[in-house]
Amino acid sequence: MKLSKVAEILGAEILYDGGEDIEIESACGSDLMSDVMAFVKENVLLLTGLVSPQVIRTAEMMDIRAVVFVRGKVPAQNILELAREKGIAVMSTNYPMFIACGKLYSEGLTGKGVR
Amino acid sequence: MYLHYDIPSYDLTYAGEASSNVKKILVQLGIDPRCVKKAAISMYEAELNAVIHGGGGTADIVIDREKIKIDISDSGPGIADLDLAMQEGYSTASDEIREMGFGAGMGLPNMKRYADILEIDTKPGEGTKVTITVMLNAPRT
Repeated sequence: MKLSKVAEILGAEILYDGGEDIEIESACGSDLMSDVMAFVKENVLLLTGLVSPQVIRTAEMMDIRAVVFVRGKVPAQNILELAREKGIAVMSTNYPMFIACGKLYSEGLTGKGVR
Repeated sequence: MYLHYDIPSYDLTYAGEASSNVKKILVQLGIDPRCVKKAAISMYEAELNAVIHGGGGTADIVIDREKIKIDISDSGPGIADLDLAMQEGYSTASDEIREMGFGAGMGLPNMKRYADILEIDTKPGEGTKVTITVMLNAPRT
């Protein structure tokens, strides 16, 4: 699924497009960054309700190139700047975590991570 | 190649700078992306631990043809029960740290998951030294 399709399904505001409409194969929804780091899969989309620079750091370490902030959360400027520096796409959706994940899953984003 | 970084204390805002720099250098060196990811994630977890629990510390990295070796040292309180700390879900982190998305008790287990060799030298009251080794020629897993 293309990142632009993810944005469309979630009615998300794109805060930084990452410079490329990347292909997303699986998704991880978590507010715990250490749980995210236990998730091994390529071309991952991260959905989180946590707003912190460590979300971008975690994405960077995991080679995650797109992050969706749920429940209408909008990251502060310093977080967006870090994302731009790292080339990580950032968007914000008003849907809560469960609904956002459900919508993506029902539209075909079903790739699971392995531990 | 030798690299050295100071890890600042108790400031989660900038935690991860050292790991980010090391990752950038490993990519520039053309190291296998799987090895880069293993080293970056395990170093990041260790760096965060040094910030959260150790009051800051140092990171020393050696990169040669065979391996990436990362030493993270702090002079914090040490780990009282290492077997317990290695269990997924066990954490002594504060609520403040949990609000930042950490303290889930996955740091050391994640390091063990990603490092090819993980050595931990710790004594209560004397700090902790974590040594992460990622082999560059390890068979694909």
